[in-house]
Amino acid sequence: MTLKHISGLLCAAAMSFGLASGAQAQDKVVKIGAILPMSGGTASIGAHAKAALEVAMDIINNAHPELGNLPLAKNAGLAGLGGARIEVVFADNQGNPATGQNQALRLITEDKVAAVFGSYQSGVTLTSSAIAEKYGIPFLNSESVAANLTERGFKWFFRTTPIATDFAKIYTDFLADMKATGAKTDAIALVHDNTEYGTSVANTISTAFKDKGQPIALDVAYPVNATDVQGQVLQLKDKKPDVIIMISYTSDAILFAKTMQSLDYKPAILLADDAGYSDPSFIKAVGKISQGVFNRSSWAVGPSGSPSAIIADMYKKKSGEEMDDTVGRQMQGFFVLADAIDRAGSTDPAKIQAALKATDLKPEQLMMGYRGVKFDDKGQNVLASGLIIQLQDGENYVSVWPKANAEKAPMLPYRGW
Amino acid sequence: MSFVLVQVIVGGLLLGAVYALFSSGLTLVWGMMNIVNFAHGDFVMLGMYVAYVVYTLMGGGPLLGAPLATLVLATLGVVVYFALIRDIMKGPMLAQILGTFGLALLLRYSVFWWFGANFLSMPQNIVGGTFAVAGLRIEASRLLAGVVALLVTLGLHLLLTRTSLGSRMLAVAEDATAAQLMGIRPDTMQAIAWAIAAGATGLAGALIANFFYIVPTVGETLGIVAFVTVSLGGFGSVPGALVAGLLIGVIESLSGYLIGAIYKDIIVYVLFLFFLWFRPQGLMGKM
Repeated sequence: MTLKHISGLLCAAAMSFGLASGAQAQDKVVKIGAILPMSGGTASIGAHAKAALEVAMDIINNAHPELGNLPLAKNAGLAGLGGARIEVVFADNQGNPATGQNQALRLITEDKVAAVFGSYQSGVTLTSSAIAEKYGIPFLNSESVAANLTERGFKWFFRTTPIATDFAKIYTDFLADMKATGAKTDAIALVHDNTEYGTSVANTISTAFKDKGQPIALDVAYPVNATDVQGQVLQLKDKKPDVIIMISYTSDAILFAKTMQSLDYKPAILLADDAGYSDPSFIKAVGKISQGVFNRSSWAVGPSGSPSAIIADMYKKKSGEEMDDTVGRQMQGFFVLADAIDRAGSTDPAKIQAALKATDLKPEQLMMGYRGVKFDDKGQNVLASGLIIQLQDGENYVSVWPKANAEKAPMLPYRGW
Repeated sequence: MSFVLVQVIVGGLLLGAVYALFSSGLTLVWGMMNIVNFAHGDFVMLGMYVAYVVYTLMGGGPLLGAPLATLVLATLGVVVYFALIRDIMKGPMLAQILGTFGLALLLRYSVFWWFGANFLSMPQNIVGGTFAVAGLRIEASRLLAGVVALLVTLGLHLLLTRTSLGSRMLAVAEDATAAQLMGIRPDTMQAIAWAIAAGATGLAGALIANFFYIVPTVGETLGIVAFVTVSLGGFGSVPGALVAGLLIGVIESLSGYLIGAIYKDIIVYVLFLFFLWFRPQGLMGKM
């Protein structure tokens, strides 16, 4: 009898202790949900992003005074929340818009995350952010470029990356410059997949060139994750455009590179819209037969000892990969979100939303080459910017345009293999 | 006919031969034991990884990868048969579907865990690059795959129709109990069928690896094509898979070039459904 009582009391004590300590720990942890493609055709992107976010967590949760002006690096944890730690809850979107939507719902209703981060593919970001909007939870997107994402009148959606319209402008300016140096850029072909990313970016670029009085000569659309692209390459070979703009994820980008080689076709200028062409596994797989491909980027590693170079080293240690533009934009977006939560001093969604709206980061506070981070009413970062890089040796991208940021002069024509 | 069109058709035929090559194992397993192997695409994927490992990590030549992949996958086929298939065959259709689907995920994510999610590619031109015949560009690696597809189809067909082993296998397929009464062990025959089917699939993977990218999820992309090829050719018919593969390859290439790549699947599947309407058993399948 007594024994039972005592053990009962002990149990209760243990439980209340457990609860209390649990509650205390919860106060000290801010959960952020990250929806990424951890499986499916773009799983390599998800694996890289996970490593990048883990490095970002390390930087935020531990003291890293060597990173200078980068917000949250200097001291351990979020000062605005009494040194609370950031914890990322990873969710797999399988590259599928419906799955992404379900994961957003789970993160918000079950994991009770303070904010959602993701979701790589524009099509998945489209659906998952709609859930966050419905529940009134801040959603930060760092890498989806479909222009319409910030045209939906959402109040809880914030995007740090430069978007399709920014890049369309970069492409028109870049090609105008190339034309001025004597390159032929009259007939432009767009090659894109049929996803949200492929079609909307193609539309935006097509409109931008039309507005400049140079309508796109050829539009080649193909189904994503193609088994064969010989027909498309032969179409290009037949029509002989001067410039090809590729809007493709990794799998198709690799297949196009291989098929172009086997059918012996090279355009004078091959310009890629990031995505697959920035995936390090693209460079490892077919970099040597894609020499001279241009690509867009907002990432430059910077001199050794600079914050961006230190971060690149940390990332390489974690993932075994070189830092690329996509993971760079993801880490940058994550820092912006963490900084807003820190300034909000709370995990209350409305306060985080207000802090995001008030974000005003200067270039020296960033790891990416943006002119800053400041959101307009639609949630788009108006200071996002980028440059043109080129895979000259088939191994490493170097910046080639605009001239002010160029490490090397652009190499023409496209060399291939 | 324009010159480019000839190139399109030649490309389509080579592509079709490859489709046929990686479909033969699927159709064989169906014909032998009425099992749809949802892990089929992932067997192709394993064949690709074996070839990759043999070539890059073990320093074996490109010609060693294919036989080794055949051997490894054939062994795996036997293991899978005894560990999984033999039991789920007795269960309802749903158990078979979920069982092989589970196997597919197990294989896919085991490779994922071991090799990571990165895209891999065989070093360039390990099988002779591309050569031009009368101006037509033909990739040696695809031609090799195409020739092997013909040989494998012929070999499997002869095995089933001309050898005593083939007769015994077909006997088991027709009526396992009756075959057992005649002194044939259904277990052994079905295990052999799995070894042959998985081996042929591994071989296909090793040859495809020479011109396709390698990634743990590649089985998803290729698996669907195999299912369409097999049902068009007739479930269980090895020559049917060859004819269907070539047909799909050429139709895909032609419609992709002439009408546009995003429409090519619509055209292939409309023709496919239309055809099955008249001939539900497929080109060469039995009712």
